[in-house]
Amino acid sequence: MVSPILELSNINKSFGHVQANKEVSLAINKGTIHGIIGENGAGKSTLMSIVYGFYQADSGTISINGNIVNLKSPRDSIESGIGMVHQHFMLVENFSVLENIILGFEGEIVFGKKLDEAKKNLLNLCETYKLNIDLNSIISDLSVGFRQRVEILKALYRGAEILILDEPTGVLTPQEVDELFKILRSLQQEGKTIVLITHKLNEIMDLTSNVTVMRQGEIAGHKKTQLTNKEELAEMMVGRSVLLRINKSPLKKGDVVFRVNNLQVKDDLDVLRVKNVNFEINEGEILGLAGVTGNGQTELLEALSGIRKVESGEIQLFEETISDKNNFLNPKDLKEKGLAHVPEDRQRMGLITNFKANENLIFGYHHQQPFSKSSVLVESEILSYSKKVMNDYDVRPQAPNLITSNFSGGNQQKIILSRELNKNPKVLLVGQPTRGVDIGAIEFIHQRLIDMRDKGAAILLVSVELEEVLSLSDRIVVMFDGKIVGEKVNQNVTDREIGLLMAGIS
Amino acid sequence: MEFMSDIVSLLSATLRISTPLIFAAMAGLFAERSGVIDFGLEGKMLAAAFVAATGAYFLGSPWFGLILAIVCCVSLSLLHGFASVTHKGDQVVSCVAINILMIGLTTALAAAWFGEEGLTPTLNDDQRFFEINLPFADALRPIPILGTIYSDIISGHYIFVYIAYILVPIVYWVVFKTSFGLRLRAVGENPSAVDTAGIGVYATRYKALMINGVLVAFAGAYLSTAINANFFREMSAGRGYLALAALIFGKWHPKTALLACLLFGFTDALQIRLQGVELPIIGVIPVQFIQAIPYVLTVVLLAGFVGKAIAPRAIGQPYIKEG
Amino acid sequence: MATLVDKSKVPWWVSNLIVPLINLILALFVSGLFIFIAGENPIQAVKLIIYGSFGYIEGFAYTLYYTTNFIFTGLAFAVAFHCRLFNIGGEGQAYLGGLGVFLVAFHLGFLPLPIVWLLAIAGSALFGAAWAFIPAYLQAYRGSHVVITTIMFNFIASALMVYLLVDVIRDTNQMGPQTASVAKELWFPMFKDIAQFFGIKIRYSPLNISFFLAIIVSFLVWFLIWRTKWGYEMRAVGHNTRAAVYAGISPNRNIIIAMLISGALAGMLGVNEILGVHHRVIVNFPAGYGFTGIAVALMGRNHPIGIFLGAFLFGILYQGGSEVTFDMPNISRYMFVAVQGVIILFSGALENLFRPQIESFFVKRLNEEKVV
Repeated sequence: MVSPILELSNINKSFGHVQANKEVSLAINKGTIHGIIGENGAGKSTLMSIVYGFYQADSGTISINGNIVNLKSPRDSIESGIGMVHQHFMLVENFSVLENIILGFEGEIVFGKKLDEAKKNLLNLCETYKLNIDLNSIISDLSVGFRQRVEILKALYRGAEILILDEPTGVLTPQEVDELFKILRSLQQEGKTIVLITHKLNEIMDLTSNVTVMRQGEIAGHKKTQLTNKEELAEMMVGRSVLLRINKSPLKKGDVVFRVNNLQVKDDLDVLRVKNVNFEINEGEILGLAGVTGNGQTELLEALSGIRKVESGEIQLFEETISDKNNFLNPKDLKEKGLAHVPEDRQRMGLITNFKANENLIFGYHHQQPFSKSSVLVESEILSYSKKVMNDYDVRPQAPNLITSNFSGGNQQKIILSRELNKNPKVLLVGQPTRGVDIGAIEFIHQRLIDMRDKGAAILLVSVELEEVLSLSDRIVVMFDGKIVGEKVNQNVTDREIGLLMAGIS
Repeated sequence: MEFMSDIVSLLSATLRISTPLIFAAMAGLFAERSGVIDFGLEGKMLAAAFVAATGAYFLGSPWFGLILAIVCCVSLSLLHGFASVTHKGDQVVSCVAINILMIGLTTALAAAWFGEEGLTPTLNDDQRFFEINLPFADALRPIPILGTIYSDIISGHYIFVYIAYILVPIVYWVVFKTSFGLRLRAVGENPSAVDTAGIGVYATRYKALMINGVLVAFAGAYLSTAINANFFREMSAGRGYLALAALIFGKWHPKTALLACLLFGFTDALQIRLQGVELPIIGVIPVQFIQAIPYVLTVVLLAGFVGKAIAPRAIGQPYIKEG
Repeated sequence: MATLVDKSKVPWWVSNLIVPLINLILALFVSGLFIFIAGENPIQAVKLIIYGSFGYIEGFAYTLYYTTNFIFTGLAFAVAFHCRLFNIGGEGQAYLGGLGVFLVAFHLGFLPLPIVWLLAIAGSALFGAAWAFIPAYLQAYRGSHVVITTIMFNFIASALMVYLLVDVIRDTNQMGPQTASVAKELWFPMFKDIAQFFGIKIRYSPLNISFFLAIIVSFLVWFLIWRTKWGYEMRAVGHNTRAAVYAGISPNRNIIIAMLISGALAGMLGVNEILGVHHRVIVNFPAGYGFTGIAVALMGRNHPIGIFLGAFLFGILYQGGSEVTFDMPNISRYMFVAVQGVIILFSGALENLFRPQIESFFVKRLNEEKVV
């Protein structure tokens, strides 16, 4: 009989008016891999941050090995044997692996004997779990997969018995995912307990023995993985049966309006991130671009939208070169030519969160008629326009003068979408349109994109959600390591086929 | 021969003039490495100068003046921390506030306590630091070159000068060879990494700011109780900003920051030496231009040679927990 | 931990009036402590300040004269700040601006009157802007922090102007380093003269028609920042550079524009000082007004109306302060520099000290009222 190593009872946590966790109770058995699954915003990460001592619960208790513990800071949790690998790695980029791992657990004021001991222990740990890490390498030189291993090693070095991983596969290639899963299984064999937070059903089915489903801050149910299936879990996550394919009318393909030839793009650190990419988009078509995060999609999208200079190759809009090695049109000019862009990073790029909603509704179009006449903003026009689109796109609350940071993620995304779609662009570039958006808004946004396609727009949809790409696209290209590694017409394509391409296996 | 003695006095002056810059730059290093911008070195230096001179005058010893200056500067650093770390206020605004407050308050209090000119009384020999002749300085002077270097350049400075040059390797050692240094650098690069390691981000930044206060107090006390014998208004004359520029130019590293301070010190020494001197071809340069050289140099260094100075990544941003 | 307030429920007057007012009161309270430490009675000082600035017509005129200067330098700081730039070089830009006014008035004085005035105003703006250009350029294209470079440019301006006043444009008939006076016909009408025109006799004060210029410029700045695409773009860059780039707005271009406008506004201080008061360039005529602009702008939340109120408050402090320094031997004018520092601290860096408590107090109160 296995006893629970970690037990949560009746955990509540609110941030202001938002209740992130409501009466959450959960038991995790020693030596198991336990999955916690739920949509974005279901409260999984908050719950685990409470276990890690990063946040304190408003009420409820946590017990470890049957003893109630009071976790006031990460330090308490670490000392109780809890380790966590965060979604965004908690590493100092210009430090070495060793420095990152001993940070806070140096054991001595002046580096000396303890540092040598630490090195020896770490080498042993690397050996035991086959982590294969050079302790002296600098984090910024390591790939994402290796950085994650550093995080795991860090937790183990600090004596973790329970290892929590928050969405660990979002940034990994499928091979790296396989490697990770191998490591996790060997950890389990050594008697460690693993908690896997994810929103991907496959991972739950592959790896876990028990699964807890969360929905809107509450527990939707506990299951033994063997006794359930994806469909059941999906229904528990969403609260109703999931509509996987959207109804869309047959493709009415027109001329090629957007073309990319031999494109190469570098990132801010001068690393080539887009390598010799070619594709074209026709009128009335959605081209889906699938790929794991960090394979060059961000740089590609920025180059296509006139934010980033291209290294070589060219981008053509209506047979006119808009960007090549020597010149590029900036986003202002491109908007005039009928190209609109919904950026991947809503908060840092798509909006100015301190601006009023009406100011964001004209952002990037502020210099155009009728919002601006001889460089003077026309308040009345802007206000009446804002009221109209906020109504059309069901932005809530309908308060054009409210500061944008007060709107929810979904409503902020609607503000951007309404702005970019309203001018009926001929070409629309869309990055991660539904990231961090609630389910109701997702359906609304998808429907709007389909409507645009039916009106004849050429759409490039960049998304790391394979599901989204499959349900919206007419054609799919897959990006891996900066290259386009495959192209499929979206008829009877399976996620497995695309998944293989995303892994660079063709 | 006159040329030689010019060189000797120039180098000796360089050491003397660089000293307050070094203290201030090392002070700035601790604050900025921890992620807190410190444009407030100027104001703190001024405060220290005033407090040290006043303290030395009333208590009869420059050491008491120095201690009071330390207490004062640490309090000002903590105020900066309270505004910008605890209350997440704008770090630059907080620094500007401290600078303007100190420009006003030091002279206002000097005027209130010591008369309208806003000067503190001239300190007598007991109330002031004195120059130290190193052992055997006179005996070794006749030795060519080495003797001159030892006796006429290195010897004969205030104790602050020697402390400053010993300080730099100590700062290097603390920042790169101790656990505190590791945490300090980490908190300026990625505070979340420090927080999730169970170390207080605020606590680390406050510790850095306290060290900052101690060090900058030395810079101020040096101005009013060593190279001068009283406080006068705005006597820091932009040195806090020069020190910060040296820190940036030195890429937030003690060794290179030291070199930048020496460069500023040398330029300033040269500037003083050049006043009224007739140069070949150019003739006499107007004194105002010569006096502006250190300020022009600061701009040129920041503009031209810094290139991509990589600042601590989290500098200037208040730490906000994200789950 | 501070209580979280639902920002959308906080009325605008709480965040924009009540909170700044409480911060100001705190700052003035701390300033009172300083006066106490200096050995004088703060209450007595307040009485003197109020008498000095409001008690008689010339005193009030002086108050408005100072207000004029602070409006210019406050607006200067605010415009740059909307683009998230700390232009603390108002002092040097104002100094050069004065030179611009003088050169126009001295060399183009033969032109008909309103045209010389307009050209002189343009000259002040141009010279002030030019002095801000290098720090602006270096910030935009080299990343050199504008706080350090503008401070350095204050020192350099001071050296340059002393050189010019001593060696180049000095009036050799004068003892001190100063220029000759501009032609008397070009002097701005004084408040005293205008009052006399209406039959009221008052004694000298430096107040002149520059005050109206300051009001007009305040309106123009408000229009620029909130009603034109340029202001919109500057604010966008100030809040979020990446988003600005996404929207096709060039950060570098806006950094330079904002700094040029800022420098031009600081330069206009020279109009008041040269055409209105001194009629010649004298050493260090900006006398710290440039720095005071920082406190004025932060107190006024970078809005022209707030800046007007802030400038007026500092006008009171300066004018009333001179009464205090006259009557209280222990108080020097530097005390009022310290007061600026305290105001910057409480209105700027510590502006969130009590904000959450005050806002949640009012939100609760207003909700209760609604229920009743």
